[in-house]
Amino acid sequence: MEAYKKVMAARAKGRATGTDYLQHVFTDFTEFHGDRRYGDDLAVVTGIAKLKRLPVTVIALEKGRDTKDKVARNFGMAHPEGYRKALRQMKLAEKFGRPVICFVDTAGAYCGLDAEERGQAQAIAENLMEMMALRVPVISVLIGEGGSGGALALAVADQVWMLENAVYSVISPEGCASILWKDAGRAKEAAECLRMTAQDLLEMGVIEKIIYEPQNDFSKIYDTLRNDLYDAITACKTLNADEMLERRYQRFRRIGVVK
Amino acid sequence: MLPKGLFQKPKNELESSDKYAQSAMPSVPDEMCVSCPGCRKTLVLGELTDNCHVCPKCGHHFRMNARQRINLICDADSFEELFGELETKDLIHFPGYEKKLKHARLESAEKEAVICGSGKIGGFACALFVMEPYFMMGSMGTVVGEKITRTFEYAIEHRLPVIGFTLSGGARMQEGILSLMQMAKTSGAVKRHSDAGLLYITVLTDPTTGGVSASFAMEGDIILAEPGALIGFAGPRVIEQTIRQKLPPGFQRAEFVQKKGFVDAIVNRREEKAYLKKLLGFHASMGDE
Repeated sequence: MEAYKKVMAARAKGRATGTDYLQHVFTDFTEFHGDRRYGDDLAVVTGIAKLKRLPVTVIALEKGRDTKDKVARNFGMAHPEGYRKALRQMKLAEKFGRPVICFVDTAGAYCGLDAEERGQAQAIAENLMEMMALRVPVISVLIGEGGSGGALALAVADQVWMLENAVYSVISPEGCASILWKDAGRAKEAAECLRMTAQDLLEMGVIEKIIYEPQNDFSKIYDTLRNDLYDAITACKTLNADEMLERRYQRFRRIGVVK
Repeated sequence: MLPKGLFQKPKNELESSDKYAQSAMPSVPDEMCVSCPGCRKTLVLGELTDNCHVCPKCGHHFRMNARQRINLICDADSFEELFGELETKDLIHFPGYEKKLKHARLESAEKEAVICGSGKIGGFACALFVMEPYFMMGSMGTVVGEKITRTFEYAIEHRLPVIGFTLSGGARMQEGILSLMQMAKTSGAVKRHSDAGLLYITVLTDPTTGGVSASFAMEGDIILAEPGALIGFAGPRVIEQTIRQKLPPGFQRAEFVQKKGFVDAIVNRREEKAYLKKLLGFHASMGDE
């Protein structure tokens, strides 16, 4: 059951979380809070930072480290205000011509009463639409769990990369198994069927790149990301914004084209 | 359920023969009756269809299939189906999916969970998509995403407004990540249509949840909903499991969602066509009609 091993690795305790990347891939990370509409969702960390010498906007879903932190961050399951906070920063990025880099790690958007009341579906939908037209380069990196719409809401990008042990799926294997077979215990089987590993997604043309994880040495991963992100953004900058948006549209447009 | 014999005329001596009794009684066979989930009254199917599948007694909106809706909304003979030839393949070889598709095709008599096309509403030309409840409860796979995307692209090319009737349990898990990507794809098409200055109206019908509500359903310039429609991101069962408590009555119903600020108007199905005509009229340039 290779796929489920990856699911467990993606969720493993001690794995680097969103803010680790913000602190180690970049320098001068400066955090900004709040969506200016309702509140400040700590499951989504946003701010500006330098990628080598380049100012960028950074956004990360953060699951939290210890128990207290995890609770404060709702285990990385964002409320609508989290997605709106991210969108606010993306709009500022567009205004100031800063590329946007997102780090995705979430079991999914939060499925609670308050999230519904404040329009979880609308918040995600708006991000999908607006990210598709953001006139600066956007790169999203899946670093752990990529749970459905809650992950996609920060992954409409020019390029989507995945860490070797990250997973990305329309539904969690447990959810899939319990709906399909009324038995969450068959999650291993479901994980296999869903084709949710980085290798699967690369084969299906859903992602551009896999970042390998050398023996859990995350400092090497940070170095790789710093260089690769810098190169990819520099390459994006040779395109004019209209060309870039056309490519971004086509990137998603061709997925699941039926003849 | 009402007792089966409730509407049967009591037998009298003059109607002693069974044969006579059957032919003389204006009773309706069971399959032509439905019990209204709103008021529990038994309705004859004919009176329900004549009333736009709305209970004449309590106003409960019954589910209706996509073709019935198109007939209800479009001017007679104006609808021309587009992209109807697209058919789903089992792209990631998901166990049991082929069988499920076969069953859905039989049950709905459609090839997929959305019907798209062009038509006229009260004389105004538009592009339409209507989701089909009897095909896997309108779940969105690659073909649904592709058809809706093409509908928006067609509308951009022909400078048409888009009217979309949404109904879906969400993204289709049997197509894995490819179905999730349809949320981004359709949203991109909606955005282009919007940036072209064109009108997009969604009518949220029961149920509109999951990946469909979190993409094109909530992206309308004007968002309408049918009374009582379930509208939300997560389904009620998932929320109850998450928060470990019962949801208050009316939670995620159209009226509730409107109160929270996410629906422009709730429109009774019997007035939908006139309402849409009015909105299209507001946004039409001179000579469109």
